[in-house]
Amino acid sequence: MKKRDLVIVGGGPAGMAAALAARAAGVQDVLLLERDQYLGGILNQCIHPGFGLHHFKEELTGPEYAGRFAALVAEDRGIEVSLRSFVVKLTKDKELSYLRPGALEEIKAGSVILATGCRERTREMIPIPGSRPAGIYPAGLAQKMVNIEGWIPGRAAVIVGSGDIGLIMARRMALEGMAVKAVIEIQKTSRGLVRNVVQCLEDFNIPLYLRHRVSAIHGRDRVEKVRVVKVDDASVDVPGSAFEIACDTVLVSVGLIPENELLEMAGAEIDFRTNTPVAPGVNLTSIPGIFACGNASKVYDLVDWVTRDSELAGKMAAEYLERPEAADR
Amino acid sequence: MTADVIIIGAGVTGAAIARELSRYKLKILILEKEAEAAFGVSKSNSGIIHAGTQNPPSSLKGWLCVEGNRLIREEIAADLGLDFAQCGQLIAVFDLADLPELEIIKKEGEELGVRGLELVDRAWLDLNEPNISPGVKAALRVPSAGIISPYRFVYALVENAVKNGAELKTERKVTGIRPQKGGGFEVVAGGEVFRARFLVNAAGLYADEISAMAGAPTFKITPRKGEEYLLDKKREHLSNHILFPLPSATSKGVLVIKTADGNPMIGPTAHDVEDKADLSTTEEGLEEVLAGARRLIPSVSKSDIIAYFSGLRPVAGKDFIIRHEDSAPGLVNAAGIQSPGLTSAPAIAVMVAGILKEHGLGLEPKEEFRRLRPRPVHLFQVPPEETRRLIAKNPAYGDIVCRCELVSAQEIRDALKRGARTLDGVKFRTRAQSGRCHGGFCTTRVIKIMQEELGLPATAVSKRGRGSELIKDERK
Repeated sequence: MKKRDLVIVGGGPAGMAAALAARAAGVQDVLLLERDQYLGGILNQCIHPGFGLHHFKEELTGPEYAGRFAALVAEDRGIEVSLRSFVVKLTKDKELSYLRPGALEEIKAGSVILATGCRERTREMIPIPGSRPAGIYPAGLAQKMVNIEGWIPGRAAVIVGSGDIGLIMARRMALEGMAVKAVIEIQKTSRGLVRNVVQCLEDFNIPLYLRHRVSAIHGRDRVEKVRVVKVDDASVDVPGSAFEIACDTVLVSVGLIPENELLEMAGAEIDFRTNTPVAPGVNLTSIPGIFACGNASKVYDLVDWVTRDSELAGKMAAEYLERPEAADR
Repeated sequence: MTADVIIIGAGVTGAAIARELSRYKLKILILEKEAEAAFGVSKSNSGIIHAGTQNPPSSLKGWLCVEGNRLIREEIAADLGLDFAQCGQLIAVFDLADLPELEIIKKEGEELGVRGLELVDRAWLDLNEPNISPGVKAALRVPSAGIISPYRFVYALVENAVKNGAELKTERKVTGIRPQKGGGFEVVAGGEVFRARFLVNAAGLYADEISAMAGAPTFKITPRKGEEYLLDKKREHLSNHILFPLPSATSKGVLVIKTADGNPMIGPTAHDVEDKADLSTTEEGLEEVLAGARRLIPSVSKSDIIAYFSGLRPVAGKDFIIRHEDSAPGLVNAAGIQSPGLTSAPAIAVMVAGILKEHGLGLEPKEEFRRLRPRPVHLFQVPPEETRRLIAKNPAYGDIVCRCELVSAQEIRDALKRGARTLDGVKFRTRAQSGRCHGGFCTTRVIKIMQEELGLPATAVSKRGRGSELIKDERK
């Protein structure tokens, strides 16, 4: 089994910041594993501006923000990047297996940083009843379809939930000529940033229905309509308030879930309500030497804060590698 | 095009009949209205391979189920490379006063030839089903019951039938059947005309319409809806057996089912509906299923649910209808195949072949019937040494597409080579998109592999066939 000093799982903003910070703190050998074919993670599909105001003191798009870190990573000879590399196993002793085209690799790491990000909550988790036609997408998937692949998912959309990705996608689809009929939010206020409500909905005259929920999705082969009902402050349906909206697309933007299945596999403690590590402090897990940073440790609203905390994770891993016995007791 | 036998419907019944008939020197054509096999009633099946209990000893269902169970356990699962898990079944009672009911089920089962039935007490349950409700006082243990993946069962049957010379034509909805003067039928489907001397009607929910079209309006199919809810794989060990409550006068009972892929499933409901296309789930259905499942396993939680769907059982009275229709000579109906239809299918197939023979179809065995089907590769099932061997043979087995269920690019290509044409077809065969993220991460990649392999524009890739395309436009 090959030995590596620091293995970082995930080449998005968290993983790249952690890798660079670990190098700056003196780690000689960093292996950065990324499952996709490029670094940058979800930032690559976030082509809107609004990134970097804190970290770079200027406004960048997602790909620009990711690109700055990717360039630094590429220059650093102490960081080996392995793309299309998917970790299938992690033990508490920091043994890792990963698959990549052509190989199953096994590694013993001195320290591991999990920068695996989030997945989206789905329609099934709410759950919204009704039929299961084509045209229902998690908002992030729709964003990837439009911005990375150039695929327009439909003609008329309703967005469930007012998370930031949903708001950004409302504007994005409107710009592509789709009719965005409504954003439906069960809570009293939007879940997203105020600037996104203003710039993505109000500027495009897209109605936001607060204290409403989608009670059913209809359509045989493709989405045909959704049923919407008003709820009171106790989230109970208001009788007689139901109405329907015709659409062929439903985007679901109802929150993110940190991806900590590897950490769970390693036997670390997980809080299953939030799917985050149970630990005494930022970036820590219940296993000494295994760290979690970025959206895997908690859901952030700004990538700038992901960078800040993930740089700390890189430093923490460097300190652990210096004196592992201090953490292992 | 002229065949000896046209089978209408590529669900489990039609597929099993096609495979059975492909043993003989016959030209067999299967017409399916959907984009792929198994996309009708079969895809929503719970996957239980029943033992044969709880059917009247005199019924067709009873003996066909017992025989189908035996065929699947002893031959078909192994021959077709299918994972059949003989986990057994428990029929639970909540009141010891109901024990005589279990005794009757046991006695009737034994009359049908079901073996190994035994009553188990609370101490046995404590030892073998630690999560079962304290309210369960005793159970009937049915060891020959098990689970299988319903759609993979159908795909395997179809693939093997095709390997032995049968032909499958999809997106061929039958719109007309014309009995011919000298015998036989002309079948109009998807704008084409097909001819055959014999017609086997395995059209599921639409079997009544097909039979009427052929000249035998002898029964009516009523859809009975069942909602099912799949739980996270993390709850795989919720139960060790398939759990049934003893049916009561008011409720048929909600089950806790193990599935072939490890996700427990709870359901189904049973409500008659009008619309043969109504596959919606409801808030009431969810509540009913949760309450029913919690009677058996109190720790089942709404937050464990990762997917849900409903299916329609094609009900035509209490028993199956498997017969030659004398008012339409040459037509054999295999209709009203509700539960335990998946289990019974191989036995129904043998029975249908017999009926066809009685009515003049020559069954001359082929010199070589290729009964084996190679097992498809699933990385999530194989040990690291095997993964290494696969990757050495083909590097694309190391290229992971679906991260939740560990599915590689090559497995997706394999599925397409075996006949998948839609996103759901890929999902059913490989599990890609069926995990926690529901395809959030892998859908675009799966679509791109489908484009490459099938030579389709992105706008032509669909979820389950025409009308369910996923992308409206491609930006230039």
